Amino acid sequence: MDLILPSSGLIIWQLIGFLALLFILMKFAWKPILETLEERESSIDNALKAAEQAKAEMANLKSENEKLLQEARIERDNILKTANEASVKMIEDAKQAAISEGAKMIENAKAVIENEKKAALTEVKNHVAQLTLEVTGKLLRKNLSSQAAQQELVEGMVKDINLN
Amino acid sequence: MFRKFVCLSVLFTAALLTFSTPTFASGGDEDKTGFIMHHIKDSHEWHFATFGHTHVTLPLPVIIYSADRGLDVFMSSDFQDHDTHKFGEAYGTEGFYIDEHDHLQRADGASFTDLSITKNVAMLFLVILVMGYLVLSAASHYKKHGVKSPKGIASFIEPIVIFVRDEIAHKAIGPKYKKFVPYLLTLFFFIWIGNLMGLMPGAANLTGNIAVTATLAVLTFILVNVNGNKEYWKHVFMTPGVPIPLLLVIVPVEIIGLFTKPFALMVRLFVAITAGHIVILAFIALVFIFESYAIGVVSTLMVTFLNVIELLVATIQAYVFTLFTAMYIGGAVAEHEHH
Repeated sequence: MDLILPSSGLIIWQLIGFLALLFILMKFAWKPILETLEERESSIDNALKAAEQAKAEMANLKSENEKLLQEARIERDNILKTANEASVKMIEDAKQAAISEGAKMIENAKAVIENEKKAALTEVKNHVAQLTLEVTGKLLRKNLSSQAAQQELVEGMVKDINLN
Repeated sequence: MFRKFVCLSVLFTAALLTFSTPTFASGGDEDKTGFIMHHIKDSHEWHFATFGHTHVTLPLPVIIYSADRGLDVFMSSDFQDHDTHKFGEAYGTEGFYIDEHDHLQRADGASFTDLSITKNVAMLFLVILVMGYLVLSAASHYKKHGVKSPKGIASFIEPIVIFVRDEIAHKAIGPKYKKFVPYLLTLFFFIWIGNLMGLMPGAANLTGNIAVTATLAVLTFILVNVNGNKEYWKHVFMTPGVPIPLLLVIVPVEIIGLFTKPFALMVRLFVAITAGHIVILAFIALVFIFESYAIGVVSTLMVTFLNVIELLVATIQAYVFTLFTAMYIGGAVAEHEHH
């Protein structure tokens, strides 16, 4: 058979064989293979995208957590600070109140004492005055019955005045 | 390793020379190299080896269609001498005979069509079977396991499929590549497996046969021109940017260009594969011509080396045929002018 002259038989068989192969493989092989490959590629793409998204979400969540934690810390600090301040203030107030109350009580006591003292003194004075009057009355009645005694009294008084 | 190889080749050459001496001793140099062309060309029988007077052959069906007689089916052994296995006018059957050049002839000279299952047709069926098995069993894996990772044959087929789809079809054709991927895949695998199987000892030179490459080129030609869009045809018949008088020259050139593209495809594959086979067989023929052990060793080394090169050529030619097909399709379906 010739080298460069194509033989009709082989052309016909080649045409039939190749076209049959082409259509069989197209329908039963290439289509499912190519479809599966595409499906796999898209699923890999999707998985990668989902992983990327999950990663971003995780980072987001983490930063959010961090933020929440930070906020909580600040809040705690604030609360502690205000509590501290409040307690200090309360103690201070209580102290102040106690001091002022004490001072007031002392003041009152002093006033009462003063009053009592005054009353007592007045009573004593009155008593003394009364006693003095009584004594003086008695003495006067007894001693001044005579002229000499009266004289002596005046003289005594004068003497006292001089002493003073 | 190398020494073992040299020893083996000496032994092999010795065996070959011992067997071949009775066959070739009587003939001249023509007989000693005749097997090369015999291997390259198609034949009505599949000849594997000859030991002395024993011919190891596979007789193949000879199918003849003629307008007056209808379909006739014979075996190639009906047309040859039983001892020498030679074809000739003397060994004809029912008005047909196969001449010395392995051409089927009709004794009365009337017209007929030779539809015989020749050596290359048998090889074609083998290639189709192997390829169909490979690809279909790979496809069944995808059907069974879906998008899971490929196993077995599928993992062998898959990288090639992806390569053809992404590196050949997508790059050369552009956005509309999807429609053409099955054709390109079939083309690539057919040529590649055909080339590789053709390298096996005793195999036929299928992809180095001009009828096969011509058929593939014609299919590509039809596919390209059926899918040619307006711009493609405008480029052929009204080449933009060319003055009208020049169109008288350009248009015939463009029309010739339509045909030279598939012609180049046809010739390239045919020549590359046939030449490779001829070179390998020529180195083997040197052993018979010189009948020397030294040449035998050198030939074996060279043949091994050339076989490795041929493995490369088998792949490259399949790639090139597919790539050029994709590029021609790309030129026919492109939306924009590329200048």
